[in-house]
Amino acid sequence: MSGLVMPAPKADVLARRARIVADLRAIVPGEGVIDAEAEMRPFESDGVTAYRQLPLVVVLPSTTEQVSKVLAYAHANGIPVVPRGAGTSLSGGALPLEDGILLGMGKFNRILDIDFENRTVVAQPGVTNLGITTAVAHEGFYYAPDPSSQIACTIGGNVGENSGGVHCLKYGLTTNNVLGVEMVLISGEVIRLGGKHLDSGGLDLLGLIVGSEGLLGVVTEVTVRILKKPETARAVLVGFPSSEAAGACVAAIIAAGIIPGGMEMMDKMMVHAAEAFLGAGYPLDVEALLIVELDGPEAEVNHLIERVAEIAGTLGCLTLRASTSEEERVAFWAGRKAAFPAVGRISPDYLCMDGTIPRKALPLVLKRMEEMSEKYGLRCGNVFHAGDGNLHPLICYDANQPGQLEKAEAFGADILLLCVEVGGVLTGEHGVGVEKRDLMPSMFNEIDLAHQQRLKCAFDPDALLNPGKVFPVLHRCAELGRMHVSGGKLPFPDLPRF
Amino acid sequence: MSERLCPRDEADVVEAVRWAVSNGRTLDVAGSGSKAGLGRHIQTDATLELSGLSGVTLYEPEELVLSAKAGTQVAEIEALVAASKQMLAFEPMDFGPLLGLAPGGGTLGGLMACNLAGPRRPSAGAARDHALGIRAVSGRAEAFKAGGRVVKNVTGYDLPRGLAGSYGTLAAFTELTIKVLPRPETVETLLLLGLDPAAAAAAMSAAVGSYYDVSGAAHVPEAVAAAIAAVAGAGTAVTALRLEGVQPSIRHRRGKLEAMLRTHGTLSFLDADASRGFWQAVRDVTPFAVPLPPALPDPALMAGLDPATQSEAVLRPQGLGPRVKPGDEGAHLENHPALWRISVAPMAGPSVGAALREIGARCLYDWAGGLVWAEMPGAEPQTAAVRAAVAAAGGGHATLIRASAAARAAEEVFQPLDPITGALIARMKNGFDPGRVLSPGRIYAGV
Repeated sequence: MSGLVMPAPKADVLARRARIVADLRAIVPGEGVIDAEAEMRPFESDGVTAYRQLPLVVVLPSTTEQVSKVLAYAHANGIPVVPRGAGTSLSGGALPLEDGILLGMGKFNRILDIDFENRTVVAQPGVTNLGITTAVAHEGFYYAPDPSSQIACTIGGNVGENSGGVHCLKYGLTTNNVLGVEMVLISGEVIRLGGKHLDSGGLDLLGLIVGSEGLLGVVTEVTVRILKKPETARAVLVGFPSSEAAGACVAAIIAAGIIPGGMEMMDKMMVHAAEAFLGAGYPLDVEALLIVELDGPEAEVNHLIERVAEIAGTLGCLTLRASTSEEERVAFWAGRKAAFPAVGRISPDYLCMDGTIPRKALPLVLKRMEEMSEKYGLRCGNVFHAGDGNLHPLICYDANQPGQLEKAEAFGADILLLCVEVGGVLTGEHGVGVEKRDLMPSMFNEIDLAHQQRLKCAFDPDALLNPGKVFPVLHRCAELGRMHVSGGKLPFPDLPRF
Repeated sequence: MSERLCPRDEADVVEAVRWAVSNGRTLDVAGSGSKAGLGRHIQTDATLELSGLSGVTLYEPEELVLSAKAGTQVAEIEALVAASKQMLAFEPMDFGPLLGLAPGGGTLGGLMACNLAGPRRPSAGAARDHALGIRAVSGRAEAFKAGGRVVKNVTGYDLPRGLAGSYGTLAAFTELTIKVLPRPETVETLLLLGLDPAAAAAAMSAAVGSYYDVSGAAHVPEAVAAAIAAVAGAGTAVTALRLEGVQPSIRHRRGKLEAMLRTHGTLSFLDADASRGFWQAVRDVTPFAVPLPPALPDPALMAGLDPATQSEAVLRPQGLGPRVKPGDEGAHLENHPALWRISVAPMAGPSVGAALREIGARCLYDWAGGLVWAEMPGAEPQTAAVRAAVAAAGGGHATLIRASAAARAAEEVFQPLDPITGALIARMKNGFDPGRVLSPGRIYAGV
């Protein structure tokens, strides 16, 4: 692991390890507490495998009551807690701490309620994202947010990260699809927010909890809304001679009032990598490839496909194919969905970045990334959730070559800083975690960060939940609580007042 | 008499809050005052009026994004985006008619602070779902920002969403960035006639749970329907299903829905113009509107101002009603029937309505039954009965929208919190506004 500094482990916690393990066994009996090194090994990292750390102990509770007791115990004894779903985080959000309990929520794997009339599902947090869709598919329903890891990632983790997916321009992120949670605070207290109804009046705590990266509490139950699966979906594959032209096409489609179910762009390197990997039938003589998927009632989809084709034609596309069968539509997507393994085939290692930019900045950002690629001597391919400006550069490197990981990380940081420079943000859907933690000051000043941390202080004043994530420096809450206000003169005395 | 502070920019807002903190004064955070009658009734030392912070600062239709100062009129923003065939997809309702004010008031900051929504809520979300970024001044007299200007962003806590619905109690917005979306090309409405609320909820559930993209599902009982011009002629209860989009799609969906719902009741239909009128009436709940009081000049303004210094920043927009002196909001509503906004699971709406009808309430159902507007038979809110009906229906949120200032000071206006959540929210208030200067008590007593 390069340069990443985590909070120094508490010596007194490390010294009490045997006692802590014994106490936790009294709360979670049987195999629910793991302290043998070999058995803790699978938990030492999440999707960011460059960062590894064995936890103090792994605890796998199976009831809300156990979670409550574990957190109350950790709170009383000053022990950090790192919550973990399936461990698919791409930002190191579930990276363990040497002095911390790794709280795995995998045993919370039941769907508690399916209500088609109200269009909701109540699930435990360890249910996979796809598991929710599978449970309601027989009635033609699905859960809309579909991160690429949906086979494995859990709904609890999705709540923690506010996960997106290729369909979120039209159907929203996790936060737009979660109606309620049951959550345990670090004190062990249990709260319930929302339910099967919409919009609680007053303060929207639920909106704050979604995307809080495990720093505010541990979710033990989630209520989501489900949607009827669109009647039809068709995709168009459009090749362009330049990324500018492809970007112009994306803008023109949206300007025409069309919000596609999915709209993805791949650059030349990614098109070639995907084609070599599984022969998706992509055109190889293009600089940028768009996949535009329209979904909805059949008449609408057919109408809009024609309009998209018209727009693409007037903007000088080189190739255009509309899917005429479900098999063909799936084949169009197969190459895009295999983008990561395809890069894995041409490069021993890669870093996947996740910035969002205003779409109009795409040509500039791509050009600057080419320059960076030359500077660092590392190849970089791009897949792009084009509708919402979410860029996923894949930086190729070889971890066995000394210095290449560090170079790749520096390249990645440069890309994210560039995203901020052009008006975008550090992360569109992967979360800050540890990976982007130290870049936060590029987007937020100290006052901005202090306001975010005051929210943290309201939930977790001793900073025991997932410390070392999201914030580069975690101020003590007592320090943040002080208020220094001087002055007291009447404001703007030149204005009329009563 | 209450002070009125009219900042011109964010620095002025910081100064105003600094003044309040240093002098132990409280501020009622307001935009144009159009929703001053919402929430708990509070008395503050001064009103912080943000309507002077006005103007759209960024609008890029092809990026689906708009930024504006907090005091910008919503009507101005809606007109601007309409010119690019776009809209605020969450269809923010206009509280004016319910609160005895002329329609068309309200600012972007107020829209977000009250988390407005409309009939499209189940499919398109509320204001919170379209909040991308904010600039605001907390009760620590510090300006801060959160979020960004792109539609997909998980960098840091989601404060833009968390402050939506905060009624100015944690921070005063100074600038907001929101997502805008294309406006549907056209609209039609399929009607089912003569259903009772329970049958209507079943039909709406079937329609909203179908393939056919129903973007509004409302049920209006006969006596209430009589007050909506577009459907008054039906002479019976109407259950309305809105279809929006391109014409070939609407034609297809309407045919499918008609076939599906034929067994539920008699079918009818509203064209585009009638549909727009009908859904605006549902959005703004106009059947339960109160008449506008006679227009009054603002005597406070007239008496206290040197005419030379009168400016747009201090004159309230025309027609914004009788806010004669801050602190009296809602006084003109004393004798009107109390009104509740109740959010429950959609299929639970009819049972809430049935319980409230027994005590003489009239109801209008939106969100496929999940939103019940209940007008009580008199000015008395009958809070205990309403809360009991919601609990019996499986829980949800009931908010007292219209009642006398005295009632709104004495009652829990929002759904009461359990003690743990209440303590959590009080700690949030301590973090953002330790001096309790920003609209203290507007949502929960003492917070």
